[in-house]
Amino acid sequence: MTATKESVAATDAADERLIRAVSPGDYLRQGWGRIRGGDLGMLPVVLGLVIICAVFYAYEPTFLSSRSLVSMLLYAAPTGIIALGIVVVLLLGEIDLSVGSVSGFCAAVMAVIVVDQGHSLWLGIAAALGVGALIGTAYAVLHVRVGVPSFVFSLAGLLAFEGALLWVLADGSINIPRESGLAQFARNKFLTDAQAYALVAVVVACYLGSRLWTIRRRRAAGLTPPNLLAVLIKAALLGGGLGWLTYYLGIARGWGYLTVLFAALVVVLDLLLRKTRWGRHLFAVGGNEEAARRAGVRVGWTYCSAFVLCSVLAALGGLLAAAQLTSVSQDSGTTDTNLTAIAAAVIGGTSLFGGRGSAYAALLGILVLQSIESGLNLMNVDSDVRYIVTGGVLLLAVTIDSVARRARSSSGRG
Amino acid sequence: MTLTAPPTPASGTGEAVLSLAGIHKRFGAVQALTDVSLTVRAGEVVALVGDNGAGKSTLVKVISGVYQPDAGTIEFESRPVVVGGPAGAQELGIATVFQDLALCDNLDVVANLFLGKEHRRGPLLDEVSMEQEAWRLLRTLSAKIPSVRIPVASLSGGQRQTVAIARSLVGDPRVVLLDEPTAALGVAQTAEVLNLVERLRDHGLGVILVSHNMADVQAVADRIVVLRLGRNAAEFRTEEATTDQLVAAITGASDNVVAQRAARRTEERG
Ligand SMILES: Nc1ncnc2c1ncn2[C@@H]1O[C@H](COP(=O)(O)OP(=O)(O)OP(=O)(O)O)[C@@H](O)[C@H]1O
Ligand SMILES: [Mg+2]
Repeated sequence: MTATKESVAATDAADERLIRAVSPGDYLRQGWGRIRGGDLGMLPVVLGLVIICAVFYAYEPTFLSSRSLVSMLLYAAPTGIIALGIVVVLLLGEIDLSVGSVSGFCAAVMAVIVVDQGHSLWLGIAAALGVGALIGTAYAVLHVRVGVPSFVFSLAGLLAFEGALLWVLADGSINIPRESGLAQFARNKFLTDAQAYALVAVVVACYLGSRLWTIRRRRAAGLTPPNLLAVLIKAALLGGGLGWLTYYLGIARGWGYLTVLFAALVVVLDLLLRKTRWGRHLFAVGGNEEAARRAGVRVGWTYCSAFVLCSVLAALGGLLAAAQLTSVSQDSGTTDTNLTAIAAAVIGGTSLFGGRGSAYAALLGILVLQSIESGLNLMNVDSDVRYIVTGGVLLLAVTIDSVARRARSSSGRG
Repeated sequence: MTLTAPPTPASGTGEAVLSLAGIHKRFGAVQALTDVSLTVRAGEVVALVGDNGAGKSTLVKVISGVYQPDAGTIEFESRPVVVGGPAGAQELGIATVFQDLALCDNLDVVANLFLGKEHRRGPLLDEVSMEQEAWRLLRTLSAKIPSVRIPVASLSGGQRQTVAIARSLVGDPRVVLLDEPTAALGVAQTAEVLNLVERLRDHGLGVILVSHNMADVQAVADRIVVLRLGRNAAEFRTEEATTDQLVAAITGASDNVVAQRAARRTEERG
């Protein structure tokens, strides 16, 4: 605010055609312009979430009770973790239809090793994630070396790993003991209030610290720094929001370990995507594969890392879902998981056309789907309605993506 | 690269930094290149001219590792090399501006400029130093780009071309290949690109310039290599070539130019 006295414009603000934002009003106007130009970002899904919550709350106030939110957040996590992998693959403009069966199969592998054969839990987890990594590698080889479209090999994987699940679970289902570490982690472990508030404080401090550091570095480099007031407001909102959520969830059981793990994975993946070379290359390959190749990006490795990450996250999600339900059965991770994970990524705003999306898409998308499921359950509606509603929401999300795409191309936002 | 470093005193007299011999490249039924050779010395600008479809871009892509030649040898700094792919070419120090630009529309200008050569601080990208360097490079080209934080899709054709040219200057190239770099540029920007080509030469880089604009070619090139129908058709020293001769060689309307030159060259050498 006070920095506008500087007579010399920063390097990046020298062009007179550039519409600069100085006052808070400018920022609002710029935001509005972005939305009209089709750069919707997270807006549709956030709005959708608010509307869904309002509607269910009007029908059934317990929908937003602390208890109900805690369990929604817990149940959303495993599929949300699978959806994170889908986001990575979608960023490349590819698809993995087999995440559901991979998650079920890997969970079964873990259950057989730990429960049937009595090996240690860690061995079981490592084996399940390892199988996931192998599956991802196989997909990558098929895609990069042989050139099979991802739609085809993942469809084949969908069938094959469903078969493999039936084969591994030859005698029905395997129950995971409730007292096993994994089940405890997924069902009964919650942050204490002190831990939760400390975590919120750490998150806000990290955010604020990194933004202040950016302001300092950019100012030193003669570039326009982010607006200090805006940064402070955002940090306050972040701290206030998370603090309030912690308080509200704390009325019931609080933040489950599983929920925190999911949230941490979202944040880490977001940082990887936006701040590392790997993430940059992922977006580049998704945007224009040939250009990325000519720029020296190792396109094959990029595909490989994405498919491996997707399958490993699917395996992890499968393990946690099994731990949450304390069993692996012959329909673990079948169609429902698959479609929910893919729908979540798309509803959250990840483009099906590649090169556009973010880790938060998985978080917001799965929250939308989970609240629809929980809300309809509360209203005692059967799953037939739930499928229809979910289908409608998915269609709406893809429609919004397509319309926004058209608006972007006419307003120059790529 | 820094264009402000003291220039090396080379001007077309340095040793061959890149030389190709007997390059063949076939696409299905089309023999795009037949027995093509080309040499660039350090501190020399070689113009590559020819009609549409003569094989210029194909040759550029062979050098930059996008295509593998069917036959022929490539020597880089007197060592035979196999350019396995674009990444390999970059490691050698061959930077290329492609005719179709090859930019990622969904990324912003900075991300495009440094794609494959990102600056890092520890494991994270160093956006600040990349942005600073981006402005510096764009300024040397008199680029008229309002913001480097907007997606490349929203730039005009000439701005996109400027970004593609600026990208070839990132890192520390030894040879720069420019495939019709000025086709979409305005008057001032074209002049800047020609200035840039001369600066690159003065700093001891080898430059291969593909262009259809004979005036530009004659203004900056030391040598002009003509391709016709995928073959070496003629080669001139710029000061010896008239526009008519060039046009004749390009169109093939007067084949004897080639013969004359060949005869004169053997005379000179013999
Ligand atoms: N990828 C490809 N597949 C098949 N044929 C190709 C391919 N690339 C180029 N060709 C053919 O090779 C020949 C040479 O093309 P090239 O692009 O090298 O021409 P050019 O000299 O760059 O022409 P221009 O001046 O129009 O850019 C053309 O006949 C073209 O059809
Ligand atoms: Mg060409």
